[in-house]
Amino acid sequence: MNKKYVFFLFGRIAQTIAALMLLPALVAVIYNEYKCLSAFLITAVFSVVLGTVIAFCCRTDNRVIYAKEGFAIVAIAWIGLSLIGALPFVISGEIPSYVDALFETVSGFTTTGSTILTDIEALSRSMLFWRSFTHWVGGMGVLVFVMAIVSNLSERSIHIMRAEMPGPVVGKIVPRVRNTAKILYFIYIIMTVIEIILLKFGGMPWFDSIVHTFGTAGTGGFGIKGDSIGGYSNFCQIVIAVAMIFFGINFNLYYLLLIRRFRSIAKSTELWAYLAIIFVSVSVIAFNIYPIYESASDSVRLSLFQVSSIITTTGFSTADFNLWPSLSKSIILLLMCFGGCAGSTAGGLKISRVVILFKLILKELRRMLHPRAVTSVEFDGKAVDNQTLGSVATYFAVYVLCVVTAFIAISFEPFDFETNLSATLATFNNVGPGFGAVGPMGSFASYSDFSKIVFSFAMLLGRLEIFPLILALSPSVWMKKR
Amino acid sequence: MKIIIVGCGKIGTSIISSLVEEGNDVVAIDNNQAVIDEIGNIYDVMCVCGNGADCETLEEAGVSKAELFIAVTASDELNMLCCFMAERMGAKHTIARIRNPEYNYNNLNFIRKKLGLTVSINPEWMTAQELYNMLKLPAAVKIETFSGGNLEMIELLLKPDSALDGMSLIDLRRKYKGNFLICAVQREDRVYIPDGNFVLKSGDKIGLTAAQNEIQKLLKTLGIVQKSARDVVILGASRIAYYLAKRLLSSGNSVKVIDHDEKRCKEFADMLPEAIVICGDGAEQELLLEEGIDSTDAFVALTGTDELNILISIFAHSRNVPKVISKVNRNELAQMAMHLGLDCIVSPKKTVSDIVSRYARALRNSVGSNIETLYKLMDGSVEALEFNVSPDFKGMEIPFKDLSLRPDILIAGIIRARKAIIPTGNDMILPGDRVVVIASGQQMLDLSDILK
Repeated sequence: MNKKYVFFLFGRIAQTIAALMLLPALVAVIYNEYKCLSAFLITAVFSVVLGTVIAFCCRTDNRVIYAKEGFAIVAIAWIGLSLIGALPFVISGEIPSYVDALFETVSGFTTTGSTILTDIEALSRSMLFWRSFTHWVGGMGVLVFVMAIVSNLSERSIHIMRAEMPGPVVGKIVPRVRNTAKILYFIYIIMTVIEIILLKFGGMPWFDSIVHTFGTAGTGGFGIKGDSIGGYSNFCQIVIAVAMIFFGINFNLYYLLLIRRFRSIAKSTELWAYLAIIFVSVSVIAFNIYPIYESASDSVRLSLFQVSSIITTTGFSTADFNLWPSLSKSIILLLMCFGGCAGSTAGGLKISRVVILFKLILKELRRMLHPRAVTSVEFDGKAVDNQTLGSVATYFAVYVLCVVTAFIAISFEPFDFETNLSATLATFNNVGPGFGAVGPMGSFASYSDFSKIVFSFAMLLGRLEIFPLILALSPSVWMKKR
Repeated sequence: MKIIIVGCGKIGTSIISSLVEEGNDVVAIDNNQAVIDEIGNIYDVMCVCGNGADCETLEEAGVSKAELFIAVTASDELNMLCCFMAERMGAKHTIARIRNPEYNYNNLNFIRKKLGLTVSINPEWMTAQELYNMLKLPAAVKIETFSGGNLEMIELLLKPDSALDGMSLIDLRRKYKGNFLICAVQREDRVYIPDGNFVLKSGDKIGLTAAQNEIQKLLKTLGIVQKSARDVVILGASRIAYYLAKRLLSSGNSVKVIDHDEKRCKEFADMLPEAIVICGDGAEQELLLEEGIDSTDAFVALTGTDELNILISIFAHSRNVPKVISKVNRNELAQMAMHLGLDCIVSPKKTVSDIVSRYARALRNSVGSNIETLYKLMDGSVEALEFNVSPDFKGMEIPFKDLSLRPDILIAGIIRARKAIIPTGNDMILPGDRVVVIASGQQMLDLSDILK
């Protein structure tokens, strides 16, 4: 284990957070929120000093890393990031409890969007900005960001990228990791800017459009209003709904679009499955909720918004889907687990895994009928190798195991089954709101501190796709020399 | 620069490693998923799993934007096909590995022209060439030539009782008035670019440049002369052995080849009837003694197993064979062999990756003073580059003593009107010259890089 390099990179990350904190500090200056300004500056100074000291103590010429170091770097970075990111809330006194602030920050960085705030509108502007900005940073990944800006990285940084980027198989789009990271962020920034402008065009004030775009881009879901997006114009709702769908698509496809390789895009099984699932869910839910709203256009709009919000694991809402019929709620619960495409900012199982799992089931069924059949699973026009199939199946098993564990850990709470289950799924899949007490109009405030920590951990597990965190926390990775 | 490499075997991996280190954007293609995964784990390259001659795979690798396309799969025919496809799909330059002697001797130019191949490489032939040079001048560990052979750079190992032991370079210059320059010294694991006060020690590996026609005389005055090998024993009837034996025989030497495989021996004897082919186990010391290893001038171990080559070379060394060369492909084993006292090691994959990276470097710098040749010396830590001086070079016609040169470089030679000049402080670069520069540490792309 190359511990020195692992901590060296953590030092760099701490410095990066400090730099990122200057943005909300700027917002605090604009809105004359000097109490928040000092909170951000104190945290930034603390973080930069901490980062510099660690990076200096752990400077090393040995930049050889393996998969193990990749996992460790990602896990430490995300935990450290959350611990530091929570400080401004506490220092400014806006969220006095550190556990609450930590929950809120983890929820931000992991692009979950679950909140412990009961009155969002009481929060100061710069804090709201920071909350949503964590979505934007966490969406594409902090380490991917660091990789894009820091030169002389390890030759083998692909291990870090693999550990942080979601999806069963992480590939580069151009030969160098650094350039891949740059291109991904370039696409991310361009899409973000387009959405901000469109929302502004739809009548949102600048602040609102920027904050909501951060929430959409990271597929996070922190709003700044009690009723989330419900109060904005229909145009804005449609823009956000479509933008969420776009941010839930694998970013590699946008690169293929840029270099005009349309045929490769058309071959993407995941993209078609994603769009098909959205289309079917929107139609079914629209029919199902028609009796409530008694207007075809309203029910399609609300259904489209909610489906795209849930499948991309964003968690914005335009209606209280808690009040919808059971069929719609069941579909929403299912979509929570599906999640968006691999290589996007969305959470959940990822569509590619879902598709492969279904094909795997079909394959097994066929093998039972024809015991001597030689079969293979096709994806994106190619056969999936056995190793990937195995890892997808394993991932699903571990995923179920983790969800069940988290669910049991929080069942000491005095809430009903629906609330607890949906709260677990909503945090683990980085969705945000669930049903019952944690519905779109509710919050996680009434859970105990213990449960909040369990949820925070679940969110990190979900964002990092379980393995990096579990492996980095197992002592054998750290104890043995190599 | 974007470079695509098909085939990630020994040679492919070695090329990938050196090209990535030089800062190129490399895409690797191989049809074995496990191999390609491993490459992706170790090197910062994009990996594509598939057949390198398949349009779709090539498109996925972005062949239309590739400046250089290199095919080094195990099959000559596939390499040719890959390069043909790549060239048609927009790759600017293509390099194919073509090893089969049949393709190489009779119709290589025709194949190259028809397929649009820029360069074809034949590692075995190149290695044989390197071996031949070593056998011709056995005192040297390694010989490289610049500009059609006017200027040569040789690597020498100072033996324990060398006359140069404890001599500073200034004294050396005073004592031996030859036209030569010591431009790099490797001592233990460090490499120095020496100045006048540098004191040589026995055990050093030194690199010196001199005009070709003076090298024999120079070595004689330095007291490290050794007559060229006329009677050579080769172990292993491989392709390298074939090329080497052919070359040695045609210049009038006697060659004995030992291999344990009867069929291969027969084939070898059919191709080269003048060679003495012995069928027997080369690892058997009795056989080697019987075949006169004690009296031979040189012993070359070319079997397919690195370890065997090393061990038998040590045996040959212990029988006082004047020149022992072993083929060792794996880097770590080569280093171990050096520690065991074998100073002459050749590695086909290193030879080829040096040639390819030289070619890539020259492509990157198509304007300005471009690179004519590039050699990696002292296990790759020092580079010797030959530049064509372009008219807009800034340090033109200024004596070297007045030029502010970078500290870690050395101008080792100038080739003017086909004559080699070993420069002193009063010499200067003129238009039309070729300049040989020794550099350690950094990458040189242009002659202007020597200036501060």
